[in-house]
Amino acid sequence: MFPASFDYVKATSVPDAVSILSSVEDSKLLAGGHSLLPLMKLRLASPSMLVDIGSLSELSYIEDKGDYVAVGALTRHHDVQNSRLLKSEVPILPYVASQVGDPSVRHRGTIGGSISHGDGASDLPAAVLALDAKFVAVGPKGERVIPASQFFVGFLETVLDLDEVLTEIRVPKFSGGWSYQKFNRRAQDWAIVGVAAVSNGSTKVSLVNMGSTPLRAVGTEAALADGASIEEASSKASDGIDPPSDLNASSAYRRHLAEVLVRRALVEALR
Amino acid sequence: MQITTTVNGHPYSKDVEPRTLLVHYLRDMLGLTGTNVGCDTSSCGACTILLNGESVKSCTVLAVQADGQELVTIEGMATESGLHPIQKAFQENHGLQCGYCTPGMVMAAASFLKENPKPTEHEVREALEGNLCRCTGYHNIVKSVLAAATAMEGVVL
Ligand SMILES: Cc1cc2nc3c(=O)[nH]c(=O)nc-3n(C[C@H](O)[C@H](O)[C@H](O)COP(=O)(O)OP(=O)(O)OC[C@H]3O[C@@H](n4cnc5c(N)ncnc54)[C@H](O)[C@@H]3O)c2cc1C
Ligand code: FES
Ligand code: FES
Repeated sequence: MFPASFDYVKATSVPDAVSILSSVEDSKLLAGGHSLLPLMKLRLASPSMLVDIGSLSELSYIEDKGDYVAVGALTRHHDVQNSRLLKSEVPILPYVASQVGDPSVRHRGTIGGSISHGDGASDLPAAVLALDAKFVAVGPKGERVIPASQFFVGFLETVLDLDEVLTEIRVPKFSGGWSYQKFNRRAQDWAIVGVAAVSNGSTKVSLVNMGSTPLRAVGTEAALADGASIEEASSKASDGIDPPSDLNASSAYRRHLAEVLVRRALVEALR
Repeated sequence: MQITTTVNGHPYSKDVEPRTLLVHYLRDMLGLTGTNVGCDTSSCGACTILLNGESVKSCTVLAVQADGQELVTIEGMATESGLHPIQKAFQENHGLQCGYCTPGMVMAAASFLKENPKPTEHEVREALEGNLCRCTGYHNIVKSVLAAATAMEGVVL
Protein backbone atom coordinates (compact mmCIF):
# COMPACT_ATOMS: atom_id res chain seq x y z
CA MET A 1 0.00 0.00 0.00
CA PHE A 2 1.41 3.34 -1.06
CA PRO A 3 0.16 6.79 -0.23
CA ALA A 4 -0.88 8.94 -3.19
CA SER A 5 1.96 11.15 -4.46
CA PHE A 6 2.82 14.25 -2.50
CA ASP A 7 5.60 16.79 -2.23
CA TYR A 8 7.84 16.67 0.81
CA VAL A 9 9.77 19.33 2.62
CA LYS A 10 11.70 19.35 5.88
CA ALA A 11 10.83 22.40 7.97
CA THR A 12 13.89 24.16 9.40
CA SER A 13 12.02 25.88 12.25
CA VAL A 14 8.51 26.47 13.58
CA PRO A 15 8.14 29.82 11.70
CA ASP A 16 9.36 28.06 8.54
CA ALA A 17 6.69 25.35 8.99
CA VAL A 18 4.00 28.00 9.58
CA SER A 19 4.96 29.94 6.48
CA ILE A 20 4.91 26.80 4.27
CA LEU A 21 1.55 25.74 5.72
CA SER A 22 0.12 29.21 5.00
CA SER A 23 1.39 29.35 1.45
CA VAL A 24 0.88 25.79 0.13
CA GLU A 25 -2.72 24.69 -0.22
CA ASP A 26 -3.59 21.34 1.31
CA SER A 27 -0.17 20.95 2.94
CA LYS A 28 -0.01 19.04 6.23
CA LEU A 29 2.43 18.66 9.09
CA LEU A 30 4.20 15.35 9.55
CA ALA A 31 5.44 14.57 13.08
CA GLY A 32 5.88 10.86 13.94
CA GLY A 33 3.60 9.88 11.07
CA HIS A 34 1.92 7.13 13.08
CA SER A 35 -1.58 8.46 12.56
CA LEU A 36 -1.12 10.31 9.30
CA LEU A 37 0.82 7.70 7.28
CA PRO A 38 -1.67 4.87 7.96
CA LEU A 39 -4.48 7.21 6.82
CA MET A 40 -2.53 8.17 3.70
CA LYS A 41 -1.77 4.53 2.87
CA LEU A 42 -5.50 3.80 3.03
CA ARG A 43 -6.03 6.92 0.87
CA LEU A 44 -8.27 8.40 3.53
CA ALA A 45 -5.96 11.42 3.45
CA SER A 46 -4.01 12.71 0.47
CA PRO A 47 -2.33 16.01 1.28
CA SER A 48 -0.51 17.82 -1.54
CA MET A 49 2.59 18.32 0.59
CA LEU A 50 3.99 16.99 3.85
CA VAL A 51 5.86 19.49 5.98
CA ASP A 52 8.13 17.34 8.14
CA ILE A 53 8.76 18.80 11.59
CA GLY A 54 10.22 15.49 12.81
CA SER A 55 13.76 16.82 12.97
CA LEU A 56 12.99 19.99 14.95
CA SER A 57 14.73 18.83 18.12
CA GLU A 58 13.88 22.15 19.82
CA LEU A 59 10.28 20.84 20.09
CA SER A 60 11.30 17.76 22.07
CA TYR A 61 11.68 18.49 25.79
CA ILE A 62 10.13 17.98 29.22
CA GLU A 63 10.74 20.92 31.56
CA ASP A 64 9.78 21.89 35.10
CA LYS A 65 7.99 25.27 35.08
CA GLY A 66 7.00 25.55 38.74
CA ASP A 67 3.31 24.72 38.91
CA TYR A 68 3.25 22.94 35.57
CA VAL A 69 5.45 20.73 33.39
CA ALA A 70 6.05 21.89 29.81
CA VAL A 71 6.19 19.08 27.26
CA GLY A 72 7.39 19.90 23.74
CA ALA A 73 4.95 18.80 21.03
CA LEU A 74 7.49 16.51 19.38
CA THR A 75 8.26 14.58 22.56
CA ARG A 76 7.71 10.93 21.71
CA HIS A 77 5.44 8.64 23.71
CA HIS A 78 8.57 6.66 24.65
CA ASP A 79 10.15 9.74 26.25
CA VAL A 80 6.95 10.77 28.07
CA GLN A 81 6.66 7.21 29.39
CA ASN A 82 10.21 7.26 30.79
CA SER A 83 10.39 10.84 32.09
CA ARG A 84 11.40 10.99 35.76
CA LEU A 85 10.05 14.51 36.10
CA LEU A 86 6.62 13.50 34.79
CA LYS A 87 6.60 10.32 36.89
CA SER A 88 7.00 12.39 40.03
CA GLU A 89 4.89 15.47 39.15
CA VAL A 90 2.18 14.24 36.74
CA PRO A 91 2.33 10.44 37.10
CA ILE A 92 -0.80 9.72 35.07
CA LEU A 93 0.80 11.05 31.88
CA PRO A 94 3.76 8.62 31.63
CA TYR A 95 1.45 5.77 32.54
CA VAL A 96 -1.02 6.69 29.79
CA ALA A 97 1.85 7.09 27.29
CA SER A 98 2.98 3.56 28.19
CA GLN A 99 -0.47 2.29 27.18
CA VAL A 100 -0.29 3.69 23.63
CA GLY A 101 0.19 1.05 20.91
CA ASP A 102 3.41 -0.94 21.32
CA PRO A 103 7.10 -0.04 21.89
CA SER A 104 7.82 0.58 18.18
CA VAL A 105 4.79 2.89 17.88
CA ARG A 106 5.97 4.72 21.00
CA HIS A 107 9.43 5.20 19.46
CA ARG A 108 7.85 7.27 16.66
CA GLY A 109 4.53 8.75 17.79
CA THR A 110 4.57 12.16 19.46
CA ILE A 111 2.34 13.72 22.11
CA GLY A 112 1.72 16.75 19.89
CA GLY A 113 0.74 14.53 16.96
CA SER A 114 -1.65 12.54 19.12
CA ILE A 115 -3.31 15.69 20.50
CA SER A 116 -3.46 17.52 17.14
CA HIS A 117 -4.93 14.45 15.48
CA GLY A 118 -7.72 14.74 18.07
CA ASP A 119 -8.98 11.18 17.84
CA GLY A 120 -11.70 10.47 20.43
CA ALA A 121 -10.34 6.91 20.67
CA SER A 122 -6.80 8.01 21.59
CA ASP A 123 -5.41 7.75 25.09
CA LEU A 124 -3.36 10.93 25.56
CA PRO A 125 -6.02 13.46 24.49
CA ALA A 126 -8.37 12.16 27.21
CA ALA A 127 -5.55 12.28 29.77
CA VAL A 128 -4.67 15.91 29.04
CA LEU A 129 -8.38 16.77 29.12
CA ALA A 130 -8.75 15.34 32.64
CA LEU A 131 -5.56 17.18 33.63
CA ASP A 132 -6.92 20.55 32.43
CA ALA A 133 -3.75 20.98 30.38
CA LYS A 134 -3.12 23.97 28.15
CA PHE A 135 -1.73 23.89 24.62
CA VAL A 136 0.53 26.46 22.97
CA ALA A 137 0.00 26.96 19.24
CA VAL A 138 1.99 29.14 16.86
CA GLY A 139 0.46 30.52 13.65
CA PRO A 140 0.98 33.41 11.25
CA LYS A 141 -0.51 35.80 13.81
CA GLY A 142 1.75 34.62 16.60
CA GLU A 143 1.24 32.45 19.62
CA ARG A 144 -1.93 31.55 21.52
CA VAL A 145 -2.65 29.36 24.53
CA ILE A 146 -5.70 27.08 24.30
CA PRO A 147 -7.24 25.21 27.26
CA ALA A 148 -7.75 21.50 26.62
CA SER A 149 -11.47 21.91 27.39
CA GLN A 150 -11.86 24.12 24.28
CA PHE A 151 -9.50 22.25 21.95
CA PHE A 152 -11.33 19.17 20.66
CA VAL A 153 -14.37 20.09 18.56
CA GLY A 154 -15.36 17.16 16.33
CA PHE A 155 -14.29 13.94 14.64
CA LEU A 156 -10.52 14.37 14.04
CA GLU A 157 -11.14 18.11 14.34
CA THR A 158 -9.56 20.59 16.74
CA VAL A 159 -9.57 24.39 16.99
CA LEU A 160 -6.08 24.51 15.43
CA ASP A 161 -6.05 26.47 12.19
CA LEU A 162 -4.63 24.72 9.13
CA ASP A 163 -1.51 26.86 9.37
CA GLU A 164 -0.96 26.54 13.12
CA VAL A 165 1.65 24.37 14.79
CA LEU A 166 1.09 22.96 18.26
CA THR A 167 4.38 23.57 20.06
CA GLU A 168 3.90 22.84 23.74
CA ILE A 169 1.62 21.01 26.17
CA ARG A 170 1.44 22.47 29.67
CA VAL A 171 0.37 19.92 32.25
CA PRO A 172 -0.42 21.14 35.77
CA LYS A 173 1.36 19.28 38.56
CA PHE A 174 -0.87 17.51 41.04
CA SER A 175 -0.35 15.51 44.19
CA GLY A 176 -3.68 13.67 44.53
CA GLY A 177 -4.76 10.27 43.27
CA TRP A 178 -5.23 9.23 39.67
CA SER A 179 -6.22 6.30 37.54
CA TYR A 180 -6.28 5.31 33.90
CA GLN A 181 -8.49 2.41 32.88
CA LYS A 182 -8.06 1.19 29.32
CA PHE A 183 -10.37 -1.58 28.22
CA ASN A 184 -9.39 -3.55 25.13
CA ARG A 185 -9.44 -7.19 24.16
CA ARG A 186 -5.90 -7.62 22.84
CA ALA A 187 -2.55 -6.13 23.78
CA GLN A 188 -1.60 -3.21 21.51
CA ASP A 189 -5.23 -2.41 20.61
CA TRP A 190 -6.97 0.92 20.99
CA ALA A 191 -9.34 1.37 23.91
CA ILE A 192 -12.90 0.17 23.34
CA VAL A 193 -13.60 2.52 26.24
CA GLY A 194 -11.06 4.25 28.47
CA VAL A 195 -11.34 6.42 31.57
CA ALA A 196 -8.89 8.93 33.04
CA ALA A 197 -9.48 10.23 36.57
CA VAL A 198 -7.42 12.90 38.32
CA SER A 199 -8.13 13.99 41.87
CA ASN A 200 -6.63 17.31 42.85
CA GLY A 201 -9.03 19.09 45.18
CA SER A 202 -11.89 18.34 42.81
CA THR A 203 -12.06 15.18 40.71
CA LYS A 204 -11.88 15.31 36.91
CA VAL A 205 -12.96 12.36 34.83
CA SER A 206 -12.63 11.97 31.07
CA LEU A 207 -13.70 9.28 28.64
CA VAL A 208 -11.98 7.63 25.65
CA ASN A 209 -13.94 6.37 22.63
CA MET A 210 -17.34 7.42 23.97
CA GLY A 211 -17.86 10.02 21.24
CA SER A 212 -16.16 11.73 18.31
CA THR A 213 -13.87 13.65 20.69
CA PRO A 214 -12.46 12.87 24.13
CA LEU A 215 -15.19 13.82 26.61
CA ARG A 216 -15.45 14.88 30.24
CA ALA A 217 -17.85 12.73 32.27
CA VAL A 218 -19.78 15.81 33.40
CA GLY A 219 -22.53 13.81 35.11
CA THR A 220 -19.99 11.97 37.26
CA GLU A 221 -18.01 15.14 38.03
CA ALA A 222 -21.12 17.05 39.12
CA ALA A 223 -22.31 14.17 41.30
CA LEU A 224 -18.92 13.95 43.03
CA ALA A 225 -18.90 17.70 43.61
CA ASP A 226 -22.31 17.30 45.29
CA GLY A 227 -20.89 14.66 47.62
CA ALA A 228 -22.29 11.57 45.87
CA SER A 229 -20.80 8.14 46.56
CA ILE A 230 -18.53 6.48 43.99
CA GLU A 231 -21.35 4.07 43.17
CA GLU A 232 -23.80 6.90 42.51
CA ALA A 233 -21.30 9.05 40.61
CA SER A 234 -20.23 6.23 38.31
CA SER A 235 -23.86 5.47 37.40
CA LYS A 236 -23.86 8.92 35.76
CA ALA A 237 -20.74 8.19 33.66
CA SER A 238 -22.50 8.55 30.31
CA ASP A 239 -25.13 11.16 31.23
CA GLY A 240 -25.71 13.33 28.18
CA ILE A 241 -23.38 11.16 26.06
CA ASP A 242 -24.44 9.08 23.08
CA PRO A 243 -21.56 6.67 22.42
CA PRO A 244 -21.08 5.17 18.95
CA SER A 245 -21.68 1.55 17.95
CA ASP A 246 -18.98 -0.21 15.95
CA LEU A 247 -17.64 -3.71 15.39
CA ASN A 248 -16.03 -3.73 18.85
CA ALA A 249 -18.99 -2.62 20.93
CA SER A 250 -22.58 -1.46 20.75
CA SER A 251 -23.57 1.89 22.17
CA ALA A 252 -25.27 0.20 25.13
CA TYR A 253 -22.20 -1.93 25.87
CA ARG A 254 -20.03 1.22 25.79
CA ARG A 255 -22.33 2.83 28.35
CA HIS A 256 -22.01 -0.24 30.53
CA LEU A 257 -18.23 -0.22 30.18
CA ALA A 258 -18.07 3.49 31.00
CA GLU A 259 -19.92 2.94 34.25
CA VAL A 260 -17.75 -0.01 35.29
CA LEU A 261 -14.50 1.69 34.32
CA VAL A 262 -15.40 5.01 35.95
CA ARG A 263 -16.17 3.13 39.16
CA ARG A 264 -12.80 1.33 38.99
CA ALA A 265 -11.03 4.60 38.20
CA LEU A 266 -12.66 6.44 41.10
CA VAL A 267 -11.93 3.63 43.55
CA GLU A 268 -8.27 3.82 42.55
CA ALA A 269 -7.99 7.61 42.35
CA LEU A 270 -9.88 8.38 45.56
CA ARG A 271 -8.54 5.67 47.84
CA MET B 1 14.54 13.34 -3.62
CA GLN B 2 18.13 12.33 -2.81
CA ILE B 3 18.54 10.66 0.58
CA THR B 4 21.58 9.33 2.37
CA THR B 5 21.36 6.55 4.92
CA THR B 6 23.74 4.25 6.74
CA VAL B 7 22.35 0.72 6.66
CA ASN B 8 24.15 -2.04 8.55
CA GLY B 9 27.24 0.17 8.57
CA HIS B 10 27.25 0.87 4.81
CA PRO B 11 26.48 4.32 3.42
CA TYR B 12 23.86 4.54 0.65
CA SER B 13 22.75 7.49 -1.42
CA LYS B 14 19.58 7.04 -3.48
CA ASP B 15 16.93 9.03 -5.25
CA VAL B 16 13.49 8.19 -3.81
CA GLU B 17 9.93 9.37 -4.31
CA PRO B 18 8.63 11.02 -1.11
CA ARG B 19 5.91 8.37 -0.86
CA THR B 20 8.39 5.47 -0.84
CA LEU B 21 8.00 3.57 2.42
CA LEU B 22 11.18 2.71 4.29
CA VAL B 23 10.48 -1.01 4.02
CA HIS B 24 10.30 -0.78 0.20
CA TYR B 25 13.44 1.32 0.12
CA LEU B 26 15.25 -1.44 2.03
CA ARG B 27 13.78 -4.37 0.12
CA ASP B 28 13.42 -3.07 -3.43
CA MET B 29 16.12 -0.41 -3.71
CA LEU B 30 18.84 -1.86 -1.47
CA GLY B 31 17.95 -5.53 -1.99
CA LEU B 32 17.76 -6.17 1.74
CA THR B 33 14.83 -8.56 1.64
CA GLY B 34 15.29 -9.95 5.15
CA THR B 35 12.82 -7.36 6.42
CA ASN B 36 9.33 -8.72 5.71
CA VAL B 37 6.00 -7.07 5.04
CA GLY B 38 3.21 -8.83 6.90
CA CYS B 39 0.20 -6.60 7.35
CA ASP B 40 1.22 -3.32 5.73
CA THR B 41 -0.98 -1.58 8.33
CA SER B 42 1.45 -1.08 11.26
CA SER B 43 0.01 -3.97 13.22
CA CYS B 44 2.18 -7.09 12.86
CA GLY B 45 5.78 -5.97 13.39
CA ALA B 46 7.22 -8.21 10.61
CA CYS B 47 8.86 -5.08 9.16
CA THR B 48 10.58 -4.03 12.42
CA ILE B 49 14.09 -2.58 12.02
CA LEU B 50 16.29 -0.33 14.13
CA LEU B 51 16.28 3.39 13.39
CA ASN B 52 19.07 5.04 15.37
CA GLY B 53 19.13 1.98 17.60
CA GLU B 54 15.39 1.86 18.35
CA SER B 55 12.76 -0.46 16.93
CA VAL B 56 10.35 1.03 14.37
CA LYS B 57 7.84 -0.45 11.95
CA SER B 58 9.42 0.34 8.60
CA CYS B 59 6.06 0.09 6.77
CA THR B 60 4.98 3.20 8.71
CA VAL B 61 8.05 5.37 8.11
CA LEU B 62 8.82 7.18 4.86
CA ALA B 63 12.24 6.60 3.36
CA VAL B 64 12.70 10.40 3.32
CA GLN B 65 12.19 10.46 7.10
CA ALA B 66 15.25 8.20 7.40
CA ASP B 67 17.46 10.64 5.49
CA GLY B 68 20.74 11.05 7.36
CA GLN B 69 19.87 8.33 9.85
CA GLU B 70 21.43 5.07 10.93
CA LEU B 71 19.51 1.84 10.22
CA VAL B 72 20.05 -1.78 11.16
CA THR B 73 18.13 -4.63 9.54
CA ILE B 74 18.26 -8.36 10.24
CA GLU B 75 21.09 -8.62 7.68
CA GLY B 76 23.21 -6.45 9.97
CA MET B 77 22.95 -8.71 13.00
CA ALA B 78 25.28 -11.61 12.21
CA THR B 79 29.01 -10.93 11.96
CA GLU B 80 31.98 -12.78 10.42
CA SER B 81 32.22 -14.78 13.62
CA GLY B 82 28.63 -16.05 13.40
CA LEU B 83 25.05 -15.36 14.35
CA HIS B 84 24.13 -12.57 16.76
CA PRO B 85 23.36 -13.99 20.24
CA ILE B 86 19.66 -13.17 19.74
CA GLN B 87 19.58 -15.12 16.47
CA LYS B 88 21.45 -17.97 18.10
CA ALA B 89 18.99 -18.03 20.99
CA PHE B 90 16.06 -18.26 18.55
CA GLN B 91 17.77 -21.16 16.81
CA GLU B 92 18.60 -23.02 20.02
CA ASN B 93 15.21 -22.48 21.67
CA HIS B 94 13.08 -23.29 18.66
CA GLY B 95 11.86 -19.67 18.62
CA LEU B 96 10.56 -19.91 15.05
CA GLN B 97 8.56 -22.19 12.84
CA CYS B 98 7.80 -20.64 9.42
CA GLY B 99 10.19 -17.80 10.24
CA TYR B 100 8.14 -15.01 8.71
CA CYS B 101 7.87 -12.98 11.91
CA THR B 102 11.42 -13.77 13.00
CA PRO B 103 13.38 -10.83 11.53
CA GLY B 104 10.93 -8.43 13.19
CA MET B 105 11.00 -10.38 16.46
CA VAL B 106 14.81 -10.32 16.54
CA MET B 107 14.97 -6.57 15.83
CA ALA B 108 12.26 -5.76 18.40
CA ALA B 109 14.14 -7.91 20.92
CA ALA B 110 17.43 -6.15 20.11
CA SER B 111 15.86 -2.75 20.77
CA PHE B 112 14.20 -3.96 23.96
CA LEU B 113 17.27 -5.68 25.43
CA LYS B 114 19.23 -2.47 24.98
CA GLU B 115 16.61 -0.67 27.12
CA ASN B 116 16.18 -3.54 29.55
CA PRO B 117 19.14 -5.96 29.58
CA LYS B 118 17.77 -8.11 32.42
CA PRO B 119 14.05 -8.47 31.76
CA THR B 120 11.50 -10.68 33.44
CA GLU B 121 9.36 -13.01 31.36
CA HIS B 122 6.41 -10.65 31.75
CA GLU B 123 8.47 -7.70 30.52
CA VAL B 124 9.53 -9.67 27.43
CA ARG B 125 5.90 -10.46 26.64
CA GLU B 126 4.93 -6.79 26.98
CA ALA B 127 7.89 -5.68 24.87
CA LEU B 128 6.86 -7.94 22.00
CA GLU B 129 3.19 -6.92 22.03
CA GLY B 130 3.59 -5.22 18.63
CA ASN B 131 4.98 -8.35 16.95
CA LEU B 132 2.57 -11.04 15.86
CA CYS B 133 3.48 -14.68 15.27
CA ARG B 134 0.99 -17.03 13.64
CA CYS B 135 2.96 -20.22 14.34
CA THR B 136 4.77 -20.58 17.62
CA GLY B 137 2.26 -19.53 20.26
CA TYR B 138 4.99 -17.11 21.46
CA HIS B 139 6.22 -19.34 24.26
CA ASN B 140 9.52 -20.25 22.62
CA ILE B 141 10.00 -16.71 21.34
CA VAL B 142 9.85 -15.44 24.91
CA LYS B 143 12.19 -18.24 25.98
CA SER B 144 14.61 -17.25 23.20
CA VAL B 145 14.68 -13.60 24.23
CA LEU B 146 15.28 -14.53 27.87
CA ALA B 147 18.09 -16.89 26.80
CA ALA B 148 19.58 -14.14 24.65
CA ALA B 149 19.51 -11.73 27.59
CA THR B 150 21.45 -14.23 29.69
CA ALA B 151 23.90 -14.98 26.87
CA MET B 152 24.60 -11.30 26.27
CA GLU B 153 24.83 -10.35 29.94
CA GLY B 154 23.84 -6.81 29.10
CA VAL B 155 26.12 -6.38 26.06
CA VAL B 156 23.94 -5.46 23.07
CA LEU B 157 24.80 -4.72 19.44
C1 LIG C 1 -0.17 0.28 15.32
C2 LIG C 1 -0.58 1.55 16.00
C3 LIG C 1 -1.20 1.47 17.22
C4 LIG C 1 -1.59 2.64 17.89
N1 LIG C 1 -2.21 2.52 19.08
C5 LIG C 1 -2.61 3.62 19.73
C6 LIG C 1 -3.26 3.52 21.00
O1 LIG C 1 -3.44 2.44 21.56
N2 LIG C 1 -3.64 4.68 21.60
C7 LIG C 1 -3.42 5.90 21.04
O2 LIG C 1 -3.77 6.89 21.63
N3 LIG C 1 -2.79 6.03 19.86
C8 LIG C 1 -2.39 4.92 19.19
N4 LIG C 1 -1.76 5.06 17.98
C9 LIG C 1 -1.55 6.40 17.40
C10 LIG C 1 -0.24 6.98 17.87
O3 LIG C 1 -0.36 7.39 19.21
C11 LIG C 1 0.21 8.18 17.02
O4 LIG C 1 1.59 8.28 17.19
C12 LIG C 1 -0.33 9.52 17.38
O5 LIG C 1 -1.72 9.47 17.38
C13 LIG C 1 0.05 10.57 16.35
O6 LIG C 1 1.30 11.12 16.61
P1 LIG C 1 2.34 11.33 15.43
O7 LIG C 1 3.46 12.10 15.98
O8 LIG C 1 2.65 10.02 14.83
O9 LIG C 1 1.50 12.27 14.43
P2 LIG C 1 1.38 12.32 12.85
O10 LIG C 1 0.81 11.05 12.33
O11 LIG C 1 2.65 12.79 12.25
O12 LIG C 1 0.31 13.48 12.72
C14 LIG C 1 -1.04 13.29 13.10
C15 LIG C 1 -1.86 14.52 12.73
O13 LIG C 1 -1.53 15.63 13.54
C16 LIG C 1 -0.97 16.70 12.79
N5 LIG C 1 0.16 17.20 13.60
C17 LIG C 1 1.21 16.47 14.05
N6 LIG C 1 2.00 17.22 14.83
C18 LIG C 1 1.42 18.45 14.89
C19 LIG C 1 1.76 19.67 15.56
N7 LIG C 1 2.85 19.76 16.34
N8 LIG C 1 0.95 20.75 15.39
C20 LIG C 1 -0.15 20.65 14.60
N9 LIG C 1 -0.53 19.53 13.97
C21 LIG C 1 0.25 18.44 14.11
C22 LIG C 1 -0.59 16.10 11.46
O14 LIG C 1 -0.66 17.05 10.42
C23 LIG C 1 -1.62 15.00 11.30
O15 LIG C 1 -2.82 15.52 10.81
C24 LIG C 1 -1.35 3.91 17.30
C25 LIG C 1 -0.72 3.98 16.06
C26 LIG C 1 -0.32 2.83 15.40
C27 LIG C 1 0.35 2.95 14.07
S1 FES D 1 4.18 -4.91 7.81
FE1 FES D 1 4.75 -3.26 9.09
S2 FES D 1 3.73 -3.73 10.91
FE2 FES D 1 3.02 -5.32 9.61
S1 FES E 1 7.24 -18.38 13.06
FE1 FES E 1 5.65 -18.29 11.59
S2 FES E 1 4.82 -16.33 12.01
FE2 FES E 1 6.19 -16.58 13.63
